[in-house]
Amino acid sequence: MKPNDEAEAAPAPLGGRLFTPFARVLAAFVVILVAILAVRFIRGIGAVSNLNDGYPWGIWIAWDVVIGSALGASGFTVAFVAYILNRGEYHPLVRPALLTALFGYAMAGLSVFFDIGRYWDFWHIFSPKYMQVNSVLFEVALCIMSYTVVLALEVSPMVLQRLGMNKLRKKFEKLLFVFIALGVLLPTMHQSSLGSMLMVFGPQIDPIYQTPALPVLFLTSTIGMGLAAVVVEGSLTSLALRRPFERDLLGGLVRVGRGIAFVFVIVRFVDLGARDLLPALFELRGLTLMFWIEIALFVSPIVLLGGRSGRRPSRMFTAACLLALGGILYRIDAYLVAYHTGAGWNYFPSMGELMVTIGLVAFEILAFIIAIKVLPVLPARRDVHG
Amino acid sequence: MMDRRVALKVLGAGCGAAVAGAGTAEARGAKVIPKKALGLLYDGTLCVGCNACVSACKQANDMPSDGDGMYEQPIDISGKTLNVIKAYRSGKADHKDQVVDGFAFTKYSCYHCADPSCVSACPVSAMTKDPETGIVKYNVEACIGCRYCVAACPFGVPRFTYDKADPKISKCQLCQHRMIDGKFAACAEVCPTGATLFGPVDELRKEIARRRSLKTGTRTVFPRGKIDGTDSYEGTIGRYVDHVYGEKEIGGTQVLHLSGVPFELLDKPALPDEPPARVSESVQHAIYNHLIAPLGFLGLLGALAWRNRKEPDDEAK
Repeated sequence: MKPNDEAEAAPAPLGGRLFTPFARVLAAFVVILVAILAVRFIRGIGAVSNLNDGYPWGIWIAWDVVIGSALGASGFTVAFVAYILNRGEYHPLVRPALLTALFGYAMAGLSVFFDIGRYWDFWHIFSPKYMQVNSVLFEVALCIMSYTVVLALEVSPMVLQRLGMNKLRKKFEKLLFVFIALGVLLPTMHQSSLGSMLMVFGPQIDPIYQTPALPVLFLTSTIGMGLAAVVVEGSLTSLALRRPFERDLLGGLVRVGRGIAFVFVIVRFVDLGARDLLPALFELRGLTLMFWIEIALFVSPIVLLGGRSGRRPSRMFTAACLLALGGILYRIDAYLVAYHTGAGWNYFPSMGELMVTIGLVAFEILAFIIAIKVLPVLPARRDVHG
Repeated sequence: MMDRRVALKVLGAGCGAAVAGAGTAEARGAKVIPKKALGLLYDGTLCVGCNACVSACKQANDMPSDGDGMYEQPIDISGKTLNVIKAYRSGKADHKDQVVDGFAFTKYSCYHCADPSCVSACPVSAMTKDPETGIVKYNVEACIGCRYCVAACPFGVPRFTYDKADPKISKCQLCQHRMIDGKFAACAEVCPTGATLFGPVDELRKEIARRRSLKTGTRTVFPRGKIDGTDSYEGTIGRYVDHVYGEKEIGGTQVLHLSGVPFELLDKPALPDEPPARVSESVQHAIYNHLIAPLGFLGLLGALAWRNRKEPDDEAK
């Protein structure tokens, strides 16, 4: 199947004013983030967070890293569809998705840097003298680091094109297939390992969530979240820029997401059944309630996208939001709600932790908005090219 | 839709390899306590709750004070405290080692597991298990402060100094730094009743078997300080629950507890025999077995990406 290049408008910078009122609001959140981080680096993590020895990991890990990087899976899922499955018509979605992924992963990496206590020694993970290969966290850290580099390389043609260095760009693009392959392999590895990370917690994770199927559940839900993120972002971009909704492209992706949601739910129940935990799902307690909300969030896109009305843009948008929420909630539950470390421990993020997370998200959106204005990310307006 | 079918099929290659690997590959072998392993026996029926071990631990390990300046009164282990004695109380609390209207003591400190979760979790080898003594050691020079060990330990032992800009992990290392001078764990050294007893794990196990074989009320000799030392005294055997905490918990530990009341009442977590580190490493090794599956998947992806590559001119026009 050959991509139909004629119908495809080449990407071009949007141009326009950079410091809009919306950008200013986002920048204000980034300033607050910097102020809180100053306190964190001078007085320690305890000064700004509610982290404790019962909950040594909070939202900086569960949200910024585990969820942030899963939403950043938009990059590898779209690259997979466009380049590995050779669906050329998806090319217009590749650049924004890779860019979102790069910012998402960079934010996850930054967040880890704020979170670890002895950040000045972070390089130990990559040093043969210190690395501990049996640690799931070692694999995750190495893999996320490599993938961020791969993402930067995948994004670099946009920058080279903007700088007019087209010879270098063409040479580089000959090698791009290597980075595309790595760019699919690495996320499948670390996204599944983000689930495996919980295995060493053993009985501290509730049996409903503690399972050898964790890598499969995390990987499938990540793909769903990545596809959902592309659809949500595409819908919002078309609204904000008053462009037509890419019904066929986004519809194609959201339907793959629907299949993934189906796989997730099946694996979840087969695993629980195999471990004789189906009756435990009907015990009345907070965690089972969370479990059923998650399942509802994964099942609703399957239902919403069925039939003819499933092709309405608003339906697709809603379904994508619900699917992403399902993946988000599954991660919060697995990492925090299902984690019991003993009596007497509590955790709810402090204002400082929340503002750091909000600041990072604001920075991500701000960086994306600036990038699409100065770099050739989105396809030029169709009407320009006829 | 063709999209979906092919997508699921190719992803299945990666996913399926992981699942099949996890299911069929052999689990990582069980780790056992080294032959010359050192540990502690804590016999709650002998403990009088004097807290001498808490103060001695602070001094021996140069830990900051956690009390009113005169007495050490930590309520739990923390970044400042490696060892505490906790009390169980019920009703009038007027009889030792009695569930109803009674009281009992228990010790909180590192168990020095045969297969420690903290060691498996640590990405930078800051937590290690000594191959000779089996002591689970912490090296602040290597540590990056990620707290995966804090989260992983099912006993809740490693603690972190959140209030410091230069933080570190705090945990009992069995006073290994004192052993060079021929000394041993400070908590056992100062214990006036031999409730905390230091020694080779083999010897401690024999002592446990001996105590459990004697009838409640029997007069017998209890070693004090270290089990192979010279100090001892005559006392009475208490009533033990039929459970040696640490004997089987997550593959066994080098610190073993005897108690007069059930361990659940002392807030000791009920743990399976299977070490979580073994489960985690077995699944991980199965997926990343000599990197065969990832490299195979990479080859497949690379080949497809190569076949589908476009000349740059096509795209830029």
